[in-house]
Amino acid sequence: MNHLPIVPILLPLIAGSVLLLSTRWPATARHAFSLAAVVAQLAVAITLLVMVTDGPIRVYALGGWAPPFGIVLVVDRLAAALLVLTAIVACASLLYAVARDTEAAAPRFHALFQFQLLGIQGAFLTGDLFNLFVFFEVLLIASYALLLHGLAADRVRAALHVVVLNLIGSALFLLGVALIYGVAGTLNFADLARVIPALTSADAPLARIGALLLLVVFALKSALLPLGFWLPRAYGAAAAAVAALFAVLTKVGVYAVLRVYPLAFGPQAGELANVAEPWLLPLALATLAFGALGVLAARSLRLAAGWVVLYSVGSLLVAVALFSADGYAAAIYYTVHSTLASAALFLVVDLVAADRTTAGDRLDAADAMPHGALLGSFFFFTAVAVAGVPPLSGFVGKVLILDAAGAHPAAALIWSSLLGAALVVIVAFARAGSAVFWRTVPAPAGAPPPPRPSLAALAAPAAILGCVAALVIWGGSATAFAQAAARDLDNPAGYIEAVLGGDHAQPDDRRRLR
Amino acid sequence: MEALFAIAIGTLTSCAVYLLLRARTFPVLLGLTLLSYAVNLFLFASGRLVVASAPLTDQGIEHFPDPLPQALVLTAIVIGFGMTALLVVLALRAIHATGGDHVDGGER
Repeated sequence: MNHLPIVPILLPLIAGSVLLLSTRWPATARHAFSLAAVVAQLAVAITLLVMVTDGPIRVYALGGWAPPFGIVLVVDRLAAALLVLTAIVACASLLYAVARDTEAAAPRFHALFQFQLLGIQGAFLTGDLFNLFVFFEVLLIASYALLLHGLAADRVRAALHVVVLNLIGSALFLLGVALIYGVAGTLNFADLARVIPALTSADAPLARIGALLLLVVFALKSALLPLGFWLPRAYGAAAAAVAALFAVLTKVGVYAVLRVYPLAFGPQAGELANVAEPWLLPLALATLAFGALGVLAARSLRLAAGWVVLYSVGSLLVAVALFSADGYAAAIYYTVHSTLASAALFLVVDLVAADRTTAGDRLDAADAMPHGALLGSFFFFTAVAVAGVPPLSGFVGKVLILDAAGAHPAAALIWSSLLGAALVVIVAFARAGSAVFWRTVPAPAGAPPPPRPSLAALAAPAAILGCVAALVIWGGSATAFAQAAARDLDNPAGYIEAVLGGDHAQPDDRRRLR
Repeated sequence: MEALFAIAIGTLTSCAVYLLLRARTFPVLLGLTLLSYAVNLFLFASGRLVVASAPLTDQGIEHFPDPLPQALVLTAIVIGFGMTALLVVLALRAIHATGGDHVDGGER
């Protein structure tokens, strides 16, 4: 049996545990070990991606216990693509952390970083609801610690909100899980997809409550509007490298929606068909509009970057909320793009803030930046990627979403919201860029200019922007891949067949327990 | 017994919601703890309540509880304990950093 699907979980677990014990290592050894671990994760993720691109869905049964009774890990195209995305963002943000040497100098940073990756990659791989909960908790507890790193007052305040909200979210998650288990007798995604359509009309309302509770939790994780207010301040307060990695975190919530609802509560789910549909689209549109306005209203670049995450979550949940193969394809492409773009934005904003001695990241007039031309061009390309202007991949992603929404009854609303929000974000970045780079006052005499950012610190956002460019240059293959992954989601029979195989226990066998 | 169980879960949850809305770190912390008790009991009940039977299964017993929710509850307890410990430390830190125990900080 090929054990590769569990390596993205084991590798950060082992690397993180070793790094916990590494407090007496020299800093360079710790940096090198941690970097080697994320590069190895990137290699594993790419191998898995190549394996599932042309091959079948890979299923890994832990301990050889056959699904639906055992724990399974499932690698399909969507999961593999997100693993690669996570590994790319992790490599870049870790490189940045090491190069800037502010956060990475703390002894536990690397271990926490690896545990964060463990949680994220586990959530992408897991094949059942309860392990999704467990990996959510793993990634959350690591993210609290990473967010708090340094213990500045604004970080503590932001983290307190995040922790309390997410603990309530975890409680709701468990309630949803318990309701669904109570009526379906299983938590395995593939098995749920078979059991849910056959629920009696007495059980279906309970399962509906469970499914909608889960939607609340996923909305909280992905910062959908009424539950997204915690995000901008928390991400704006976090260290840049950590915030860049956090750009993946909201996408875990989006992934959970993409994984659970088309599979178990899709059009074939009988009484529970399309249970999420009436809620997701209006909330996603509201998030989109509110995120764009937040970017416009932000008084500092870091806060604006936090609002950009909300804006991009809104746009890609609009695509998910179409609940069609084209919508999923657009969502998958846009997920990859927007994660890369937000991660690059957090890093570039940090570089800009470090180069402005008096104003930091505030949108105030300050003395001219010594390396304004260099950082300005970085900022320009990142803003182009974030705003979705040609030629970078944001534009392709937007077009895919608009195209997928064409046949939807609410197409006019979706089109005007997406285009209007994009315009607002362009205006916001034009204003922020001119405020930061052009509105200058004479420098105070005698202050030493900040040093030029090191090559490694510049290489991290440059590498992410390179990936954004690659998404356009190889746009044809990227879109074809997203469409193939979307077809898998839209037609869950392949997933169910891969996990449960031909001869498996009928759901009635377990009903005997009751 | 189902009624008693349901009333216990409901009481715990309503106390938890009340405490959570107090917006001071210590009541919020207690509220979250009560909420996790309620949730754990609820999770436990998803395997159906059975009295006077074998805890897992036994030969010849027709009516026994589903063991899986017990495993889920154990996991949830462990995770909830870790999270609560983290929140206690964070709440103490927040008092030092912001000078107050209000969850929004600042106010005394």
